[in-house]
Amino acid sequence: MDAFLMQYIDPYYLRILVLIGINIILALGLNITTGVTGQLSMGHAGFMSLGAYTSAILSLQFAAPFWAALLCGALVAAFFGFLIGIPTLRLEGDYLAMVTIGFAEIVRVFFLNFEPGGKAVGLSGIPQNTTFGIVLLLVIIVIFFNARLLKSRLGRSMYAIRENEIAAEACGVNITRIKVLAFTIGAFLGGLGGALYAHYMFFIRPQDFAFMQSIELLNMVILGGMGSIPGTILGAIILTIAPELLRIVAEYRLLFYGALLVLLMIFRPNGLLGDVRIYDLRKRWMNKEVGA
Amino acid sequence: MFLEQLLNGITLGSTYALIALGYTMVYGIIQLINFAHGEVYMIGAFVGLFLVAMGANIFLALLGAMLFCMLLGMTIERVAYRPLRGKSSRLSALISAIGVSIFLSTLMALLAQTNTRSYPEVISNRTFNLGSLELSVLQISILAVAAILMIGLQLMIQHTRLGKAMRASSQDLDASYLMGINVNRIISATFAIGSALAAAGGVMVGVYYHAVWPYMGMMAGLKAFAAAILGGIGSIPGAMVGGITLGVLEIMGVAYISPSYKDAIAFGILIIVLLIRPQGLFGKKIVKKV
Repeated sequence: MDAFLMQYIDPYYLRILVLIGINIILALGLNITTGVTGQLSMGHAGFMSLGAYTSAILSLQFAAPFWAALLCGALVAAFFGFLIGIPTLRLEGDYLAMVTIGFAEIVRVFFLNFEPGGKAVGLSGIPQNTTFGIVLLLVIIVIFFNARLLKSRLGRSMYAIRENEIAAEACGVNITRIKVLAFTIGAFLGGLGGALYAHYMFFIRPQDFAFMQSIELLNMVILGGMGSIPGTILGAIILTIAPELLRIVAEYRLLFYGALLVLLMIFRPNGLLGDVRIYDLRKRWMNKEVGA
Repeated sequence: MFLEQLLNGITLGSTYALIALGYTMVYGIIQLINFAHGEVYMIGAFVGLFLVAMGANIFLALLGAMLFCMLLGMTIERVAYRPLRGKSSRLSALISAIGVSIFLSTLMALLAQTNTRSYPEVISNRTFNLGSLELSVLQISILAVAAILMIGLQLMIQHTRLGKAMRASSQDLDASYLMGINVNRIISATFAIGSALAAAGGVMVGVYYHAVWPYMGMMAGLKAFAAAILGGIGSIPGAMVGGITLGVLEIMGVAYISPSYKDAIAFGILIIVLLIRPQGLFGKKIVKKV
């Protein structure tokens, strides 16, 4: 599929499309933990890093098939998501945010000293198995799975926890189980995104998954509108393209990026699609149709 | 050896504590993690360096940096946080803070180049022995300045009209407003004081380690945030104790475990402490009510 697309699309644009796809998967994972369930996680890059390194080592050292490497990367990240989910039962808000930041930093420092991971130099020569076709397929699967999840009993329980924990508990929602599950699912997608990233970039280093990467992913979720799937996708698209568009201003790029974040929050404080629901829009449009 | 490491840890910790105070004070009043705070600290360090390079006395440079960052802190609050207040969730304010942080560190990198600048030796590095303990003039100066600032802050919070208004605002912002406190002015003052303390921390770190660079704010900000959380966010004595504890643990970790795990040790201990005491060392236990 890629070879076919290459005839029509510039490789540079194709690369941006692939990165958008990977970021959508990563951001949708964080959206489940933070956007839907309301557990502020500022260490999503830690899960990404675990997925990336696990899959890269499997591919390089054990010549594992691509699908197996992806799956193992995601599962290892999910396991750590499960472990990090447990303290959330006692911690709230910013204390929880601190634990997730700490977790991601510990993961980074661990890989900085991890012999099979190439220490600070990182790993290179990872087979470039991630293609546009695979990313597109996975994005569709992940969006479908997300949409089904949020409409299910489990998804509604997650929203209930975000809105009011005590009320949710009083209605019979098993808070313990659902919070841990939200972290596990979010981390699974984080690991999957990380594994795809490693097999696309060819080269990974511990600092690729530093604090700023977690923040970037969090920006995508909040910018688009917390808990909304179209919002998160839009956030991922905008924040992947924005730095590329800002290349024209060369070294002032990050200056504009920072100012853009502030301005967007001032003018759209609830995120771009935070107070817009596709469902309502459709209904409004249909009503108009009937009225006319 | 152990005592010396302890002293190094307390010195480092007192700079963390100065930055952590800004986090905790702002958090106490408007529940915002002010991620731009690390950048204020970095800019404070640069302003101090600039003044020293202009030939100012180090204490004058310290005051100048604090004054500059006071204005900077108030400007940040006015431009990036006040327009959001009351009409958005806390997370949007957080993103705005991150935006300011990226903006300031990039601005500084453009103005001062990305390479490390070194502070001239402004306070003599002469050491003298106290029993088996080796003390340097530099360390004593840093500890003294940190102690003066912290005691001054504590006196101000406990005994002045402004301090009283700040304590009232942190208990209940709306009720304080109804009691006739100009809440916006109090928030502005909180940012000013917190930023001045961070600037002092920046200048002292610059003098102590002889190095400043535009991206130094990020890690220091994270560590100071960790210190504020460790002490119990919103609590002023908590930030002081949290900062010093974190500094000592970090130095001990480097000395007795491994220097390559420096950053991981601090965060690892923090996580363990939070698992045992979820509200931090000095934080109040929040009773959940319906």
